[in-house]
Amino acid sequence: MSNVSTATPDSAGAIVSDPVKSQGYWRGVGKRVMRDKVTLVCGAILLVMLFLILFAPWIAPYDPLQGSMARRLKPVGWQGYLLGTDELGRDMLTRLMYGGRFSWFVGITPVVCAFTIGGTLGVLAGFVGGKINMLIMRATDVFYAFPSVLLAVAISGALGPGIFNAILSMTLVFIPPLIRVSESVTTSVRNLDYVESARATGANSFTIVRVHVLPNVLGPIFVYATTLVGVSMILASGLSFLGLGVKPPTPEWGMMLNTLRTAIYSQPLLATLPGICIFVTSLCFNLLSDGLRNAMDVRN
Amino acid sequence: MFRYILRRIAYAIPIALSVSVVCFLLVHIAPGDPIDSIIPPDTPREVVEQVRKDYGLDKPLPVQYAVWLSRVVQGDLGRSIATRRLVAGDLILAARKTFVLAITAALLGFAVGILLGSTAAFYKGTWIDKACVAFAVAGVSIPHYWLGMVMVIFFSVLMNVFPAMGAGPGDWVWDREHLQYLVLPAITLACIPAGLLTRTVRGIVSEILSQDFVTTLRGKGLRNRTLALHIVKNGAPTILAVMGLQLGYLMGGSILVETIFSWPGTGSMLNAAIFRRDIPVIQGATLVLAMFFVMLNLIVDIMQTMIDPRIVRK
Repeated sequence: MSNVSTATPDSAGAIVSDPVKSQGYWRGVGKRVMRDKVTLVCGAILLVMLFLILFAPWIAPYDPLQGSMARRLKPVGWQGYLLGTDELGRDMLTRLMYGGRFSWFVGITPVVCAFTIGGTLGVLAGFVGGKINMLIMRATDVFYAFPSVLLAVAISGALGPGIFNAILSMTLVFIPPLIRVSESVTTSVRNLDYVESARATGANSFTIVRVHVLPNVLGPIFVYATTLVGVSMILASGLSFLGLGVKPPTPEWGMMLNTLRTAIYSQPLLATLPGICIFVTSLCFNLLSDGLRNAMDVRN
Repeated sequence: MFRYILRRIAYAIPIALSVSVVCFLLVHIAPGDPIDSIIPPDTPREVVEQVRKDYGLDKPLPVQYAVWLSRVVQGDLGRSIATRRLVAGDLILAARKTFVLAITAALLGFAVGILLGSTAAFYKGTWIDKACVAFAVAGVSIPHYWLGMVMVIFFSVLMNVFPAMGAGPGDWVWDREHLQYLVLPAITLACIPAGLLTRTVRGIVSEILSQDFVTTLRGKGLRNRTLALHIVKNGAPTILAVMGLQLGYLMGGSILVETIFSWPGTGSMLNAAIFRRDIPVIQGATLVLAMFFVMLNLIVDIMQTMIDPRIVRK
């Protein structure tokens, strides 16, 4: 885009004379991502984290549940315990690796579910319009009338603690914003000329949605969904911080942060480690989604 | 204008009613017999049957809702299972404390966000802009419950300058003694709106700055200070809407920060209720905070239209 607007006649001629250079959309996106250092670094950090938590059972140095009162709350770097030990004498590094599995799972699953459900409902509302649109959008308005954290806490508080309930309540929180975004992009695409001409040539609704609408709306909806992952990670760990996620002794970053609160006087650095993990993950996801938005050139 | 306000209020009524339906259903999505959710397990059988009748729990759901709603509008939110005290009374006291925390955090966050956001827009592309953007991303990515812990470690444990928990003795008063309790939780809670507003204000102001009328004004030789006035006028409606939403989010979402600092507001109340599975308290607190949010949205919408009559919500 930018090299066209600043192009001198010479370079413009070069573009025209070399049609191979007009690449596909996704190739352009990939190229822009590769040029974006911040996005690449964030992606690399997330990949390393994913590797560590995925292969935790094979590479973690100790057992995540086996503790010893004799070595409780040891500082970072103590005798073979790289990140020290927690309040029950369990290895912190091991527990952070295992804990990441639940934090990532409970953080990402609701966004994926909400993307599927909210995206479908939103595209439906935007494409069909009329009464169905009214129905879906008014229902969305109701959930918008709750502050999101409150809604998640209230629903999972009423349902009781547990991973499934936490995921369910967070999915419900993320569906409404996804419906709104997908409805608005679909409505704008639906009224474009090429959709009109497709209809004029006799294409049925299913074909129009599949061939003309979805390829044009999925990108923006997907980019919006990725912006929710960072928030979702914080909320997921927040719920288990409140005791609404996994049950002890299963490690999870938010819950570890809560149980280590008693240690802030004796081992302040140790007590903040799970929070640093949540922060880094959420930060990297947010920066990654910013990079993706720029690369895909999506405006909101 | 007057007609628009009336219409906007009329639009809020079905929303408020639907919100109350969701809150009502909280008792019913809790596993088990709803009666177990609203009275303690060791209650004698006759009392259980009496309560079942009083609440109409033997009748179909819509009737139950009507009974519940008529109680709620009279200010009866039921009794806490754990303390057996009226939920409404405790809630008012707690909500006052939460409001003190939320409004302080909101004002602090708005001030920082507007300052950094407009600075970033004016110096777009420079290192100042990059620093502001970095701050904004950090602000929205930081788990604020963790930031609260770090604050306690630094300012209470290591330096001992601010108290780590509570809101001071007795009722809230805006004096020195009580304010020292407010400092850490307010800063912690303010980081979210600060980050978000920096981002929003930067986007809005830089968009206004790129418009033709700004170039014209600059060409006419307007000073930056006068120019700022035009930018405020154009950016205010959107920024106001974001601020309104944020204040509502802080009111309703202060549970984690209140838990960290043992701030005796609705958040701590909710946290204790979740721990004891005290459904009437969860329900009451959710209803009150959500209604506050609905009202806030209404006020923001009306104010937005007052500033810029072109904005009318359909």
